[in-house]
Amino acid sequence: MDFDEFTPSRRGVIVGGAVTVAVTTVPAVEAQVPRKQTMAHIEKVAFEVNGKRRELALDTRTTLLDALREHLDLTGTKKGCDHGQCGACTVIVDGRRINSCLTLAVMHEGDSITTIEGLGTPEKLHPMQAAFIRHDGYQCGYCTPGQICSAVSVLDEIRRGIPSHVSASLTDQPQITNFEMRERMSGNICRCGAYSNIAEAMADVAGEKA
Amino acid sequence: MKAFSYERARTPAAAAAAAERTPGAKFIAGGTNLLDLMKLQIETPQHLIDVNGLGIDKIEPTPEGGLRIGALVRNTDLAADMRIRRDYGLLSRALLAGASGQLRNKATTAGNLLQRTRCPYFYDTNQACNKRKPGSGCAAIGGFSRSLGVIGVSDACIATQPSDMAVAMRALDATVETVRPDGTARAIPIADFHRLPGATPHIETALGKGELITAVTLPKPVGGTHVYHKVRDRASYAFALVSVGVIVQKDGSGRVAVGGIAPKPWRVEASEADLPRGAKAVAAGLLAGAKPTHDNQFKLTLVERTLGAVLAEARG
Repeated sequence: MDFDEFTPSRRGVIVGGAVTVAVTTVPAVEAQVPRKQTMAHIEKVAFEVNGKRRELALDTRTTLLDALREHLDLTGTKKGCDHGQCGACTVIVDGRRINSCLTLAVMHEGDSITTIEGLGTPEKLHPMQAAFIRHDGYQCGYCTPGQICSAVSVLDEIRRGIPSHVSASLTDQPQITNFEMRERMSGNICRCGAYSNIAEAMADVAGEKA
Repeated sequence: MKAFSYERARTPAAAAAAAERTPGAKFIAGGTNLLDLMKLQIETPQHLIDVNGLGIDKIEPTPEGGLRIGALVRNTDLAADMRIRRDYGLLSRALLAGASGQLRNKATTAGNLLQRTRCPYFYDTNQACNKRKPGSGCAAIGGFSRSLGVIGVSDACIATQPSDMAVAMRALDATVETVRPDGTARAIPIADFHRLPGATPHIETALGKGELITAVTLPKPVGGTHVYHKVRDRASYAFALVSVGVIVQKDGSGRVAVGGIAPKPWRVEASEADLPRGAKAVAAGLLAGAKPTHDNQFKLTLVERTLGAVLAEARG
């Protein structure tokens, strides 16, 4: 979709609104809080995102999620609850899925980060992205990037033999079953309730590769 | 979030020394609980000491035949370690019952022990909470207390320690190893690690200022059948109302630890002598002196029934 520069985009309106709010509230906050704690601390950090080295100088408070969205313009990763409860911010760091909202960007020096933009592109979809489309694994789509990053990691975790709460045996190789996938996806909430189709999409991908 | 300065520590002793020296300093490892609390300004450190680079992230055998789990071993890696799965199944089961896959990938062994309560009045900064703001009172007492503690609580605080992992560690007689700011090490039995609230619920552990957990050690395997049941409001990704972990031997003896009911993982060794007599007898000893609220008195029955189910499963 193309917007000309005078058409307000949804994102532009949100950013503009946030700036207005910040300008009007900053003096009140400064009056109440000792100055020492309001001064931002800037630190440099370098990591790889989707195969590309990125160097940033960030306020230490910046989460990995905000670094990706606000500083690197990778807005595929979504901010839902911002407290690790919904999973919309799930990304893959050094091969493991994590909540990018509950980790500081400066803690990721040298790490390799994969976001939804790095899994596939509209021209060349990741098999999990294609399966989500095929199985209608979403409605509004807001949780979908996190669901897909999580789903890709879940199949990897099962293949690596990591047991789950519902694994009958702790020592046997866990199987890719609907029961296992549902338990392992419990950190990703979908308000539209596309869960059963997400599990179908995952089963499809697992079957293809098996 | 309040602003803070940040450093990466180079050695455990240097991290402990920096934490003692720097005003308002806190360690950060996985960060999954600390950052959540910082966003809500329940925690407001002025300085963060990142301990992730310290290399204390391995699981190694001890000379006594047990395992030494580095403080930074992630919950996923601990639960998935084949030695843990084979010889300390209760620990794997407890870990896997907690949090979500994403959180377990980041959360550490030491951080899990140090996670704060999920009492709703601790989280709501408009409410009185002696743990968050000493001396402010406890809004949970007389409030909505369904999820809160029934034993070991005080007039100042009825919060629970929420860790599943700690329940297994308690049953397994784990030891917490630390380094202090002067560089000396010490070992704290898990039974003495979490404190009861008394009049000072803001002091939650035996750790001194700047003291850093370096490892948790497990004694040599005790065998037996390991079972962990967690009762919660949804099937996955929720904190326990009640959880029960047992290790039962062929001769009927065993160990019982309970989560979700107290400010620390709850175990009363003397009550374990009653295991051959069944869940009712053991629960009576475990819960002697309980002070439930109207809202959470159901937990007393729930402990007994969950223990009954766990023992039935353990005995096949």
